[in-house]
Amino acid sequence: MRKTAALPVAMVATVALLAACSGGDAEPAASESAGAGGTGTLTIWVDENRQPAVEAAAADFEAATGVTVELVQKNFEDIRADFLAQVPTGEGPDITVGAHDWLGSFIVNGVVDSVDLADADAFEAVATEAFTYDGQLYGLPYALETVAVVRNTELAPEPTPDTFDAMIEAGRASGAKLPFVINTAGTTGDAYTYYGLQTSFGAPVFEQNEDGSYTTDIGMGGEEGQAFAAWLGENGMAGTGLFSTDWTYDIAVQEFADGNAPYTIAGPWAIAAFEEAGIDVAVDPIPSAGGETAAPFVGVQGFYVSAQSENALLANDFLTNYMATPEAQTALYEADPRIPALSEVAESVAEDPIVAGFLAASQNGTPMPSIPEMADVWEYWNAAQSSIISGSAEPAAAWDKMLADLESNLG
Amino acid sequence: MSTHVHPAPADPGGTVREPHARRWDGTGWGFLVKLALMAVVNAVGVGVVWAAWVQGAWGILAASLVLLVLADWAYFSKRALPMKYILPGLVFLLVFQLFSMGYTAYVAMTNYGTGHNTTRDQAVDALLIQNERRVEDAPSYPLTIVQRDGAYGFAIVDEGVVRVGSADEPLVAAPDATLDGTRVSAVPGWEVVPYATLMSDQALQQEIVDLRVPVSDDADAGSIRTREGTTGSVYRSALVWDPDAVTMTNTETGVVYSASDEGSFVAPDGTALPVGWRVGVGFDNFTRAFTDDDYSGPLLRITVWTFAFAILTVATSFLLGLLLAIVFNDPRVRGRKVLRTLFILPYAFPAFLSALLWQGMLNSNPDYGIINQLFFFDTRIPWLEDPLLAKLAIIGVNLWLSFPYWFLVCTGALQSLPDDVMEAARIDGAGRWRTWRSITMPLLLVSTAPLLISSFAFNFNNFTIIYMLTGGGPRFTDTAAVLGHTDILISMIYQISGVAGGRADFGLASALSIIIFVIIGTISALAFRRTRKLEEVL
Repeated sequence: MRKTAALPVAMVATVALLAACSGGDAEPAASESAGAGGTGTLTIWVDENRQPAVEAAAADFEAATGVTVELVQKNFEDIRADFLAQVPTGEGPDITVGAHDWLGSFIVNGVVDSVDLADADAFEAVATEAFTYDGQLYGLPYALETVAVVRNTELAPEPTPDTFDAMIEAGRASGAKLPFVINTAGTTGDAYTYYGLQTSFGAPVFEQNEDGSYTTDIGMGGEEGQAFAAWLGENGMAGTGLFSTDWTYDIAVQEFADGNAPYTIAGPWAIAAFEEAGIDVAVDPIPSAGGETAAPFVGVQGFYVSAQSENALLANDFLTNYMATPEAQTALYEADPRIPALSEVAESVAEDPIVAGFLAASQNGTPMPSIPEMADVWEYWNAAQSSIISGSAEPAAAWDKMLADLESNLG
Repeated sequence: MSTHVHPAPADPGGTVREPHARRWDGTGWGFLVKLALMAVVNAVGVGVVWAAWVQGAWGILAASLVLLVLADWAYFSKRALPMKYILPGLVFLLVFQLFSMGYTAYVAMTNYGTGHNTTRDQAVDALLIQNERRVEDAPSYPLTIVQRDGAYGFAIVDEGVVRVGSADEPLVAAPDATLDGTRVSAVPGWEVVPYATLMSDQALQQEIVDLRVPVSDDADAGSIRTREGTTGSVYRSALVWDPDAVTMTNTETGVVYSASDEGSFVAPDGTALPVGWRVGVGFDNFTRAFTDDDYSGPLLRITVWTFAFAILTVATSFLLGLLLAIVFNDPRVRGRKVLRTLFILPYAFPAFLSALLWQGMLNSNPDYGIINQLFFFDTRIPWLEDPLLAKLAIIGVNLWLSFPYWFLVCTGALQSLPDDVMEAARIDGAGRWRTWRSITMPLLLVSTAPLLISSFAFNFNNFTIIYMLTGGGPRFTDTAAVLGHTDILISMIYQISGVAGGRADFGLASALSIIIFVIIGTISALAFRRTRKLEEVL
C-alpha cells in the first residue's frame, strides 16, 4: 500500500510541474470570462520593501474600480531577469517595480510599454529623464538614489570644501588615520562610486544629447579622460596612496564607522551602518577634483508596464492615477526611505538633513545611462580603474586599452 | 532467508487472493485509496491539459495527455505490474533530465539573447509601441469613451470645445454636447460608455487601448489615443507594419526594413531596428565558440586551467585526506576522536561562506588580510591579484574545504579493510610498504575511485569557489573578453550568459554548456571503465 500511495503523489508533483512549465494554471481561463460582469485582475511584481506601500495604493484602486490587484513579492535582484524571460511567454506581470538602468535591455528585448504622465513636470527632472528612452517615457519614477560625500561631523565639523584637494587637506588636518576612504570593491574596481570625481574632469561615460539622453559615443576619451586617469594614478597606491584597491565595500564602511576617516563617498544604503556605530554624519555634494561640477550617477527606481499586458488600460490607470499621487509616493517613501522622485514629496521629507543632503547631491547628478551598451561598459571600466589605482598598469595605457576594448565591443 | 515462500492462501472461492489495491471484495480500502489518489492525478492532469489548450501550448498538451493516459493504464491495468514501479522514475527522468537537455540543445541552436528575446509578432508589437510618440507639447485632454452602432469613439474636451470622432471619422466639433465639470457627459448621436463598464470588460479595454482617432483628415497630424481611459493625447507613429510583405516602413524617412534570417528588421543599408526575435541559427554558436577571437583564445586557456584546477584539487585533497586518515587510524595516536572532529570542521561550513571569508583573509594589505599579517610577517602578497598566486589561492582554499571529505571517506575505507588479508600478507613475509602498495592501496581505490571521479566532475563545475573567491579575476589583459585567469568553464558560461546583468547571449552559453557536458561525460565514462578494471584485478 505504501508504495502505491507514493506513486500517485509523485504523479501529482510531476503533473504540477508540467503545469508550471506550461505556465498556465487555470488563471487565463478565469480572466477571459471576466467580461460577464466580473472584474479584471492586475498582477504587480514588488519587492519586500515596497510591498506595503503598493498594497495601500492597490486597496484604493480596488475600492474605486472593483479590479482585483494581485501583488507578487519577488527578490529585487531576480526581477530584471524574470521580467525579461517571462513577458515574452505571456506570463509576466502587468506592472513591475524596477531600476531605470534596466530600461535599455527592456527596450531591445521589447518587453516594456511606454507610459504617459499627465503632469511629468511634477517629478524631479532627473527622474523622468532617467525613465525616458529615445524621447519617450517608459515608466513611473518614484525614488532617487545617489552617492555623496558623507562626513564625520566630529572629525570634520565644517561643511565639505568645494574642491577635492581642500577636502583632503582638511582630512589630513583632522588627524585621523586616513584623510578619506572610498569603496573600490577590492581589485574589482568600482567606477560607480568614483564617477562624480570623473565627471569633474569633464569625462562622462557616454556623450549626452541636448535633452539629456545618452548617445553611444564614449565620452571618456580625449584629454579629459586621460587627465582623470593620470590623476587616479597619482593618487593611487603607487602615488600618494589616497585610493587603494585594498578597500572593499565592507572595509571602507568599517574604516569610516571606526572614525578612521573624516570623509567618504557613499550612498544612503551605508548610512545605517554609520549610525549604528555611533557616528554623527552629514551629507554634502561631492567636491570637484578636476574643476568642473562633480556629477555622480543618479539611480531611479520606478514602475514599468509590460508590453504584453492584457490589462494595459488598467495598468496605466493604476500607475498614473493612483501611484503618481503624493499620498502614494509618501507611503512609498515611508515604506522604503529613498529620495522621493515627486518634487512635492521630496520637499516635504527634506527636513531630514541626510535626505536633504542626498537630494542636493542628486540635483548635481546625471541619470545612470540606461542604454543597453552600458551593461558592457562596467567590466572594462572597473578593471581599468582598478589596475590604475593599484599601480599595476600605467594610467594612459590602461585607459587607452579600455577605450579600444569598448570601441571594439560596442561596435 | 532459508524459509520457503508460502503460496498465497486461497480464499473460499478457490481463486488466488488479489493484492489490496485491486480488491473489490471485503473492505477494499486499498482500492479506494488508489481510486482517490488517481482521481486527484486525473483532475490535475485534466487541468493541465485544459490550461495548455487555452494557452495554445500544444507540446505540453500532448505530453501531459500521453503521461496521463499512461498513468491510468499503468495503475488500473492488471498486466502493467513493472510499470507501476518504473513510471514515476521515468516521468521524472523525462521532465527533469531529457526535457532540460533537449531545451538546452534547442537554445544552443538559436540566437536567443539580448535583442532576440521574443517572437516576431511580439517584436513587431514592441517596435510599434516604441515608435508611436506623443506629439511634442500635445496637451492631455479629458476623454470620454463613446459608442455608436457597436463602433467606439472618443469625445475630448479641447479648451471648452467638445470634439468627437472614431477610428474612421476624424474629430469634429460637437457643440450640442453637455459637460459635467471638465468631462463630456452626453453627446447627441453617441452613447457614453460608463467607466465602470470599461473596467469590467477586458476585451473592451483592449479595443480602447488599440483605438486611434485621427485628429483631422491630414494623416500626419496624428491621432488621439488613451492609455488609461480618462485622458487622451495626440500621438504619431513613425513605423508602419505590413504583415503581408513582412516589412516595417518608416513614414518619416521612407526607409523599408524587411525581416532578415538573423531575426531582425534590416534596412537596405544594413541598419537594423532595435528589437529582434528568436530564430534558429544551426551550429553558429558552436563554431563561434571556437572561431571568434574574443572567445577561442580564452576558451583554450580556460579549458586547460579547468582541467588543472579539477585534477589538482582532487589530487591534493585526496592525498592530504588519505595521509591524515592513515595517521589518525594508528591506535598509537592519542585523542584521535577529538582530533578527527577538529579536522572535519571545514566540511561543516557552507562552502560559499568559507570562500567569502577567505577572500577577506587573503586581502593583500596586511592591515586587512589576516593571512599576510599572521603567516607572512606583514609582507604585502597580492594573493588574489597575481595570476599565479590567485590560482594557488584557489587550489589552497579548495584543499582546505575538501580534504575533510577525503579524510572521512578514507578513514571509513581503511577501517573496513579485512584484517585477515593483512595478516596473510604479514605471514607471507610482506613488509609494511609492500602490504601498503599491494594490498591496502588497491583495496582502498576500489571503494574511493568512483568518488574520485565524481569529485572531479563536481570540481570541474565548481562555480561557487571561483565566483566567491576571485570572481574569475585577475582579468586577462590581452583579450577584449570579460574573462580572467581563474575563470573555469562554468564561470565563463555565467559571464557570457549575461545573467549577471550584462548583455545576455543564452544561445552561446547553451552551446558552451553542451560542450562541457560532452567533456565531462566522456571523461566520466572512460574513468568508470578504468575503475571496473581495477575491480577485476582483485
